[in-house]
Amino acid sequence: MSRLLAALLTLALATPVLADTTLLNVSYDVMRDFYKDYNPAFAKYYDARFKDKLTIQQSHGGSSKQARAVIDGLEADVVTMNQSTDIDAIVEKGKQINPGWDKKLPNEAAPFSSLQVLIVRKGNPKGIKDWNDLVKPGVQVIVPNPKTSGNGRYTYLAAWGYALKQAGGNDAKARQFVTDVFKNVPVLDAGGRAATTTFMQRQIGDVLVTFENEAEMIAREFGRGGFEVVYPSVSIDADLPVAVVDKVVDKKGTRKAAEEYLKYLWSPEGQEIAAQNYLRPRDAGIAAKYAKQFPPVKLFGVNEFGGLAKAQKVHFDDGGIYDQIAAAIAKK
Amino acid sequence: MAFKKHSVLPGFNLSLGYTLLYLTIIVLLPLSALLLKSSGLTAHAFWAVVTEPRVLASYRVTFGASLLAALINLFSGLLIAWVLVRYSFPAKRFIDALVDLPFALPTAVAGIALATIYAPNGSMGELLAPLGIKVAFTPLGIVLALTFITLPFVVRTVQPVLQDLEVELEEAASSLGATRLQIFWKVILPTLLPALLTGFALAFARAIGEYGSVIFIAGNMPYVSEITPLMIISKLEQYDYLGATAIAVVMLVVSFGLLLLINGLQWWSAKRLGRR
Repeated sequence: MSRLLAALLTLALATPVLADTTLLNVSYDVMRDFYKDYNPAFAKYYDARFKDKLTIQQSHGGSSKQARAVIDGLEADVVTMNQSTDIDAIVEKGKQINPGWDKKLPNEAAPFSSLQVLIVRKGNPKGIKDWNDLVKPGVQVIVPNPKTSGNGRYTYLAAWGYALKQAGGNDAKARQFVTDVFKNVPVLDAGGRAATTTFMQRQIGDVLVTFENEAEMIAREFGRGGFEVVYPSVSIDADLPVAVVDKVVDKKGTRKAAEEYLKYLWSPEGQEIAAQNYLRPRDAGIAAKYAKQFPPVKLFGVNEFGGLAKAQKVHFDDGGIYDQIAAAIAKK
Repeated sequence: MAFKKHSVLPGFNLSLGYTLLYLTIIVLLPLSALLLKSSGLTAHAFWAVVTEPRVLASYRVTFGASLLAALINLFSGLLIAWVLVRYSFPAKRFIDALVDLPFALPTAVAGIALATIYAPNGSMGELLAPLGIKVAFTPLGIVLALTFITLPFVVRTVQPVLQDLEVELEEAASSLGATRLQIFWKVILPTLLPALLTGFALAFARAIGEYGSVIFIAGNMPYVSEITPLMIISKLEQYDYLGATAIAVVMLVVSFGLLLLINGLQWWSAKRLGRR
């Protein structure tokens, strides 16, 4: 049924287009602004080099939801996600992407990264400086639901990693710390965008934890006057991976265009557009040029948790540590 | 000498066949796909998924809030229908049209609008906050959203019956010495009961399945304000298709049971009234 729906959707998206080659990029929510800038730039480059006018279509939504649409038959040429586990799911469940996708491009196929930052009200009235300020009584923390949102999962892991790195830190202490953080969460929104709305529009909470590039979106949407970005002492490196959907490009004959599309993300132009959208670039030259907007933050990767797939299993799957924490909080 | 009986209305076979075919394609096919998928789970695993404490808590929230919302609309819906049928006043057509608005509005829009108004900094939330009443991001918010979404059902099922109800009946009762209360209990209410029950059942069933509007106002706190459809979505986010179908099957079975019960009640009350 969903396959049929997806097919109809693709058909509806694809019919009015009369270009030589059409690419569909299935992406997650907050990448909208980046690809709005990147797609025309790439199309121009591609036309100049290969004499082929490309039409690039975008589909946005929650990262896991988008991956599910691809598994169910949405004919994406490329997927650009915020978690490698979403692409792994397409490899395992839908088998549309061949294993080893993360070896085909540099940086484990993640052209840029982001990290979790703390967004506080103007003037920082609660004096929030670091992760340990989130557990103070009377501080309300806005985080999207780790069960339904990659953004929320990164926040959970960032807080856990912070606690581990404190003197005498261990798993038991980290678990207690994360429990204390989530005790201060009054609303669990389904996704990152909804959490932003709760914090900015409904004015609920003292601190919003979200991706660094989402902070820039808030500034564009709500103005720079209403909030401040606080960089914690340490945060998690959120790699944002991309992959070609092998089954679809081989069927449609768009492999070359799709591969070029992703490769160009690492070009100086692609990296610069990323930096302009507050995504941390891989290119050292571009990173140096935009150093002012990316304060250095000590980062740890998801390998701290044995990779995202393992973290998902241990922490976020049903009955995992997050569920136990939620149960413990509800009992109080 | 047996004559083949002919119905007054021709085309019974054709129309029944069409009805069954139509229902099979539109309703039964997706439902049986659902059941088939859930049969991939062993009975033990199925039971473990659908009786997990967090899922149990979500049943209480979903069915409790839906029941409350349907009950609220049972009373307020009757009142609105009564006012719209029995009285005439300026802008009546306009108010009549207003009733259908919750149907037309995308549910997500309704949820966001309600959350904005009833959030602590919203126009209603600001008034209620000093009284210690929190609506948005509490179970109360869920009831509010469901009440909004299901408002038209009772009004629209009761309205035509009320329109057909002859005023002469009430006048006759009155001339026979019945008090106003007696007229309501013995004349009006029994006639309206089947329609009221239908409206109630529709509102209840719609509320159980509602996701779009609730998700924005519920706050979605585990064990407190998580609705069952959210549990299904969060299973899907983990690519746990089987777990999601298991919960869906439980909702389906319970909803169908409840609807059957209410339909039975309605049939019984209609029969008691001497209709068909």
